[in-house]
Amino acid sequence: MVTLQSSRSVQSSQAAMARLGWVFADAWTIAVRDLQHWRQQPGIVIFNWVFPILIVLMFGLLFGGAIVVPEGTSYFEFLMPGMFAVTMLFGLETTMMAVTTDAAKGVTDRFRSMPMSASAVVLGRCIADMLNSIVGLVILAVTGLVLGWRWHGSVGAAFAAFGLLLLLRFALLWVGIFMGLNAKGPESVATIQVLVWPVSFLSNVFVDPATMPAWLGAIAQWNPLSVTSSAARTLFENAGTSWAAENAVLLAILMPLVITAVFLPLSVRKFRHLNQ
Amino acid sequence: MNSRTSAVLASGVRKQYAGGAEGAGLNGFDLEVGAGTVCGLLGPNGAGKTTAIKILATLLALDAGQARVAGFNVVTEAALVRQHIGLVGQYAAIDEILTCRQNLMLFGRLNHLSGRNARQRADHLLEQFDLVAAANTPASKLSGGMRRRLDLAVSLIVSPQVLFVDEPTTGLDPAGRLEVWAAIRTLVREGTTVLLTTQYLEEADQLADRISMLKAGRVIAEGTPDDLKSTFGTNWLDIVVDGVADIDAAKAILQPFAAGELHIDAESRRISIPVQDRIRALTGVTTAFEDAQIALEDLSLRRPTLDEVFLHLNSSVPTNRQPEVA
Repeated sequence: MVTLQSSRSVQSSQAAMARLGWVFADAWTIAVRDLQHWRQQPGIVIFNWVFPILIVLMFGLLFGGAIVVPEGTSYFEFLMPGMFAVTMLFGLETTMMAVTTDAAKGVTDRFRSMPMSASAVVLGRCIADMLNSIVGLVILAVTGLVLGWRWHGSVGAAFAAFGLLLLLRFALLWVGIFMGLNAKGPESVATIQVLVWPVSFLSNVFVDPATMPAWLGAIAQWNPLSVTSSAARTLFENAGTSWAAENAVLLAILMPLVITAVFLPLSVRKFRHLNQ
Repeated sequence: MNSRTSAVLASGVRKQYAGGAEGAGLNGFDLEVGAGTVCGLLGPNGAGKTTAIKILATLLALDAGQARVAGFNVVTEAALVRQHIGLVGQYAAIDEILTCRQNLMLFGRLNHLSGRNARQRADHLLEQFDLVAAANTPASKLSGGMRRRLDLAVSLIVSPQVLFVDEPTTGLDPAGRLEVWAAIRTLVREGTTVLLTTQYLEEADQLADRISMLKAGRVIAEGTPDDLKSTFGTNWLDIVVDGVADIDAAKAILQPFAAGELHIDAESRRISIPVQDRIRALTGVTTAFEDAQIALEDLSLRRPTLDEVFLHLNSSVPTNRQPEVA
């Protein structure tokens, strides 16, 4: 029998640091792979970035006139912060599609049979998807500015609002990874592409929940999208004073953290149980 | 052999899937693959081939038993096993969107080669697997055979000690199959230990030094391809006579060479006889027909097919299969 002189039991902290270094290096390699996907399939990526603009135009110009908004604000100003949040929700599809495609094509198994850490795979996905969403947010914000949307607060508050939006995106990343690992194949992503619509509509993104039946409005108010939208409206000062929900910002920090606290361990557990 | 010379050593491996739906389990799987050899794991769908590969490649946890790959325990030393193996799964596990070169670079970098080394390795492998012309083609646009070759190339970036190849030619056309066989032969020449699974006896015959036959999660027979065929299968000699009138005379000539009952199909004027010694039967029969001056339209030797070997094994080996959930 080959006996293994185990030096592993005396791992120095240097070795641990080296391993951590490789986690980041591998994660970056995997993130770069996604950036290469953008170059190989620019059509898909650009469509994903432009799609929210189409929704803004549709609601802003077509339906907007007929929608009642809280006093002291225009529909367009009301809509933009909500659309930023919806764009973060759309990112869920991107994450789920990437994760489920890798699993279906055996790429996940290939990663798992290689001497690299699972954290690197996840971290790489995280970097790539966050970059994607940042670009999407910038494109939508610039479009909004061109069409007349403005923030009325400080630049710092505006950045804080974008930060909260990306925090929501970060939370949805884990939902996407979890659902992607559980999906039967890329086809199941189509279901999610449909489901994002009722989730978006059942929020304060497009209409004021005060105009809904009380019970439905209550559900809409607690939609994480609504919470982040409210916080963004508050920080951008895009809502009349009556709208400034006192705790919106606090909730917009807490709720994504709760989602992350639930779905991050679930994703890790699912990944570990792929070997069952 | 012992674990020093065995690249793969499995004993009594058991694996049962919850619900039994996802794949075939293993019921006391034993396997030994000598370093530098090619072992074919042969079996029908549902015999447990993929399950065995996944356990040995550390992708799947085993319920009971022991397995060592490249000298390391697949459960307690999984990380070390992963440093010494390459895996070519049942479906080409490559990034479909990236080009051939980008795929090789990606997995080279993830194998912790420097940028320069990864590039050199990519160039070398593109050359070796005849993919230079397709270097900048996205993988999704490749033919099945090319895609499989790219898959193999990716698995060989760091020259693994042991390479697992799961059904390398399933779904390929004959040309693609030959391409992949040639690629695997190249690896073998370079000394890589290969464990490949297949449903095709011909494939195992072409590539493997030894074959382990798998049925219901257990190895039921093991040996060189020739061993297995001569032990479990029957060779057939087929002749087709020119005229129906010759059939009776031909029967008389063939009888002494037959190791069993003759099969006669009068309509196609074909007579088939089971034979023991292939070459002696072939030369003997040819001479006898020449001497009798009976003209033959066709004469051929058929090797036993996998079906025959399996039919034989099915009828003679108890399966011990665990009761299944319906």
